[in-house]
Amino acid sequence: MTAALVRMLGDFDLAEELVQEALLEALQHWPKEGIPEKPGAWLLTTARRKAVDQLRRQARFRDKLAQLEGDVMRDDTAEGDDRLRLIFTCCHPALSREAQVALTLRAVAGLTTIEIARAFITSETTIAQRIVRAKRKIVDANIPYRMPAERDMGERLDEVLAVLYLMFNEGYLATAGEQASRRDLAEDAAWLAGLMVRLMPHEPEALGLLALMRLHLARARARFDDAGNIVLLENQDRRRWDQERIGSAVVLLQRAATLHRAGPYQLQAAIAACHTEARTWGETDWRQIVALYDALLELMPSPVVALNRAIARRYRDGPNAALADVERLTATLDSYYLFHATRAELLRDLGREPEARTALVRALELTANPAERALLQKRLS
Amino acid sequence: MKYVLLFGDTKERAKQWEAMPEAQREAAYAPINQWFEKYGNKVTGGHELQPERTATTVKFNNGKPVITDGPFIEGKETIGGYAEVTVADLDEALEMAKAWPTGGPVEVRPVIDRGEPQR
Repeated sequence: MTAALVRMLGDFDLAEELVQEALLEALQHWPKEGIPEKPGAWLLTTARRKAVDQLRRQARFRDKLAQLEGDVMRDDTAEGDDRLRLIFTCCHPALSREAQVALTLRAVAGLTTIEIARAFITSETTIAQRIVRAKRKIVDANIPYRMPAERDMGERLDEVLAVLYLMFNEGYLATAGEQASRRDLAEDAAWLAGLMVRLMPHEPEALGLLALMRLHLARARARFDDAGNIVLLENQDRRRWDQERIGSAVVLLQRAATLHRAGPYQLQAAIAACHTEARTWGETDWRQIVALYDALLELMPSPVVALNRAIARRYRDGPNAALADVERLTATLDSYYLFHATRAELLRDLGREPEARTALVRALELTANPAERALLQKRLS
Repeated sequence: MKYVLLFGDTKERAKQWEAMPEAQREAAYAPINQWFEKYGNKVTGGHELQPERTATTVKFNNGKPVITDGPFIEGKETIGGYAEVTVADLDEALEMAKAWPTGGPVEVRPVIDRGEPQR
């Protein structure tokens, strides 16, 4: 059986891993549904399906199949249902967030443990153990391999989207510097979000999340200069933005809007879309952006959202108003470097240089990311 | 599949609970009774426990049993009772735990099934 797969994949380790996964799936299915008539054939079919996924995943790096969602990769219904069951099981709330992430990357996106370990800059053993522990809990605690009950669907879908968003941010924010050696986790997360959209086409938040990811990815090339320094949105070369991706994201957002259920991902994507629609920094529609942040704050009253709203107000209402908003967040955000970095900028706008420097120093103490540090150092000097 | 739901509470709230006048406590039990009515057919065992002050713990010091006053779980939380439930899977057990009305946490643990005959 492994041999048949090796022929298909040209990779022995991978084939062996897929066979093991098929066996694990059998462990979950057979006790409940009975042993199939031809167990060997069942296993091979399951393993082959996983192999097909694997090939598709490789293919997407060649010709970005993932972007042509729906047409090229239309899953038949039974297979689609099976994938959804797998995703919901991997992202079951009874598993820790890090286990959900590792398991989803392994079982749904088909990454090897080595690839996952590289993406998180950790050892293969750590990831392998994490996955083994998660699989063991699924079996021992009898986490069901099926779609969530109707009444739990909202919550469970939120859980899946949160896993994918964390995965995306991990890839997107950590790419400073040594990105060449890291796997592009952000692309993997976007692929998974695309899969969710294909499988659950009428979920506006899934559409919103995919749109949000694409809008970020569309700007990824302009985020760093050749030396690896961060280029702020204000100074980015907008010609380097991927217009095709932006266009596809806007279409997704429009589709989400027709479903009339606003949500945090849709709103964040709408904010990102406002930025991408402006041809120049000066043309940015800050009134619209502040209004979207107001709506977002209502759905998601978090201090970080409030900080971002304050930054938008800097451009709509000026630094005085923005600083007043920022300083109201001192109690909750005192250990967040962006809070101090933002405060420093506003103080500088207002000509309060000594205070600005103190805030910058505090921001520097709070971040280890080399690209962020370089940017803060530059502002200090 | 069998699970045990461990009903937790903070020590402070457990004390308040104990200090309640009879009538008030009875009223406070109403939602718990409703829970048992709703899920009673899935509950196959369990008890409410006497307060923690009644607990005695046997510890072993180099294999020698030492009897001490008090519970072995240290910290702010205490276990007020437990229920054994027989359900299809974790989701069903979690649904019951989510409906638990006291506001205290509920730990859900699968029971090891060695296939003993049903009693």
